[in-house]
Amino acid sequence: MRLLNLLKIAYKAIVLNKVRTLLTMLGIIIGVASVIAMLAIGEGSKESIRETISSMGSNMVTIRPGADVRGGVRQDASTMESLKFDDYLAIKEQTTMLSYITPVVNGSGQVISGANNWPSTIYGVNPEYLDIKVLGLQSGSMFTEAEVKSASKVVLIGQTVVDNVFPDGEEPVGQMIRFNNIPFKVIGVLEEKGENTFGQDQDDVVIAPYTTVQKRILAITFLHQIMASAISEEDAPEAVTQITAIMREQHKLADDEDDDFTVRSMEELISTFSSTSEMLTILLVAVASISLLIGGIGIMNIMYVSVKERTKEIGLRMAVGGKGSDILMQFLIEAILISITGGVLGVLLGLSATVFIEKFLHWPTSVALYSIIISFAVCAVTGIFFGWYPARKAAALDPITALRYE
Amino acid sequence: MSKKIIKIQDLKREFTMGTETVHALKGISFTIEEGQFVTIMGSSGSGKSTMLNILGCLDQPTSGVYEIDGVSVKDLSKNELATIRNEKIGFIFQSYNLLARTSAIENVELPLLYNSKVSTEERRKRALNALEMVGLADRIHHTPSQLSGGQQQRVAIARALVNNPVMILADEATGNLDTRTSYEIMSLFQELNKTQGITITFVTHEPDIAMFSSRTIVLKDGHVIKDEMNDTILSAAAELAKLPKEDH
Repeated sequence: MRLLNLLKIAYKAIVLNKVRTLLTMLGIIIGVASVIAMLAIGEGSKESIRETISSMGSNMVTIRPGADVRGGVRQDASTMESLKFDDYLAIKEQTTMLSYITPVVNGSGQVISGANNWPSTIYGVNPEYLDIKVLGLQSGSMFTEAEVKSASKVVLIGQTVVDNVFPDGEEPVGQMIRFNNIPFKVIGVLEEKGENTFGQDQDDVVIAPYTTVQKRILAITFLHQIMASAISEEDAPEAVTQITAIMREQHKLADDEDDDFTVRSMEELISTFSSTSEMLTILLVAVASISLLIGGIGIMNIMYVSVKERTKEIGLRMAVGGKGSDILMQFLIEAILISITGGVLGVLLGLSATVFIEKFLHWPTSVALYSIIISFAVCAVTGIFFGWYPARKAAALDPITALRYE
Repeated sequence: MSKKIIKIQDLKREFTMGTETVHALKGISFTIEEGQFVTIMGSSGSGKSTMLNILGCLDQPTSGVYEIDGVSVKDLSKNELATIRNEKIGFIFQSYNLLARTSAIENVELPLLYNSKVSTEERRKRALNALEMVGLADRIHHTPSQLSGGQQQRVAIARALVNNPVMILADEATGNLDTRTSYEIMSLFQELNKTQGITITFVTHEPDIAMFSSRTIVLKDGHVIKDEMNDTILSAAAELAKLPKEDH
């Protein structure tokens, strides 16, 4: 028997029992709609979490000199001079996993402007630093590569520094300040970032070209750190591996020697993030399966009633030449049609619910295509799974008894 | 000698009910030739229903030979039986067995739906043709609830004709109808038998119906006790004319 004929028969049976079919579909409709809406909410919050986390620089990778032992005394890593500008160049040239990279040197000192002064830390970096740390500017602009090359005496300052050095609310950009008695021109003010998770004030900073800090303030040639950002969070661990290899090569370490540097990514942050989103997904999938299961049981129930009710019809169909497989397919297709139609309506309802939630509750939502595809596929499978048993029962009927059934 | 449609030889059918074996048919033999109008009669318990089920390829004999249109039915699989029913037999039931809320034409098309060799256009054409033959060409879109009992049975007859069966098998086809309507139906059967040469096997327990057929087989306790040609076949149309005119 041709599939088209079967489809027609099943379609007719559904149309003849509109109300009942609609009520049966309701389970599936509500199930699918809630899955779509919930996944949209889930995806929405996942995205907003992702944004929050990446604003913290979750894909950041830092390279520091390793601790060394001199005469039995272990040395503080920050006093090491083993990290060179050449290392920075080597990484920058050879890596494929990084989007930004900057050398970092830092020193503390006193910021002075007129009668005001404030102790702060100066960071010598290149212009990519802002992208790595996900920093924005309130006013002014970042220094340029040219200013880095010429070791210009320009700085950007954080809000805490502004508050303490320019207490009268003057515009800091364009003003001159002194850091450790060296005059700098303020060319920009950083956006406020508040404290980080360790309670450090992230606005208490002065940023200048690394060349300037190296030559004019610290009088050093080595680097304290190299900071970089991986192309994405997922790429961070691989970036670490790659950088480690480049650095070992650069420092000519033999296979049996330990690293004389450390490379770290924000692994903890990333794993927290991914476990959170995994939990969320598992939870939603669980809810999805429960609601679809209930919808499926509804279908099975109604298919049972339908087979019972139409026993005589089944007998007739068999008498005029319907094979068991034809009857099976008829009821199976009917179940699948119900569940898929329910799925379509459910998707539509879910999408409108999502729009409603976004518009009136102002929750972040994001409808993922995969959620539609998955719930659709699950619907079809539900139809087959729960339609199978009643359909089998129908197909196994004896035509003689079925014909005589009252 | 015309073609043998049905050939039955020493046919037996036994049922096992718990520990007991019931012999419903105890060795039956007869043949039905093309163009015959046969009535199979018998009271309840005579094995008439079992005979009908076997003739209709809904059931298989325990032993013996049953051939329909040259095909031996014994040892056929369920699916093969379904194909035989689809292609060689036209069923007519006492309670019509039409699909509710389904138009006459769709009811008539039903057997052809299960025959993948028939195209959609062909199916529609043959269904229309069959409905025309039973005089319902103007009622093709009526559903069973919009048709009288007689008309419903005509739809069922059209459905039985639509697959050009070698034999029409009617099970108490007039049992639910009043005298006038059953004469109408019988006259239709006679006409189909006479003009189209369609072989008809009519299973009934009403003796007066047998008088319209050309041959009567009587079963009792699983045996054929009488099998004879009718010398005087009554014309259902003539009987119908004799009935007092109704008031409406």
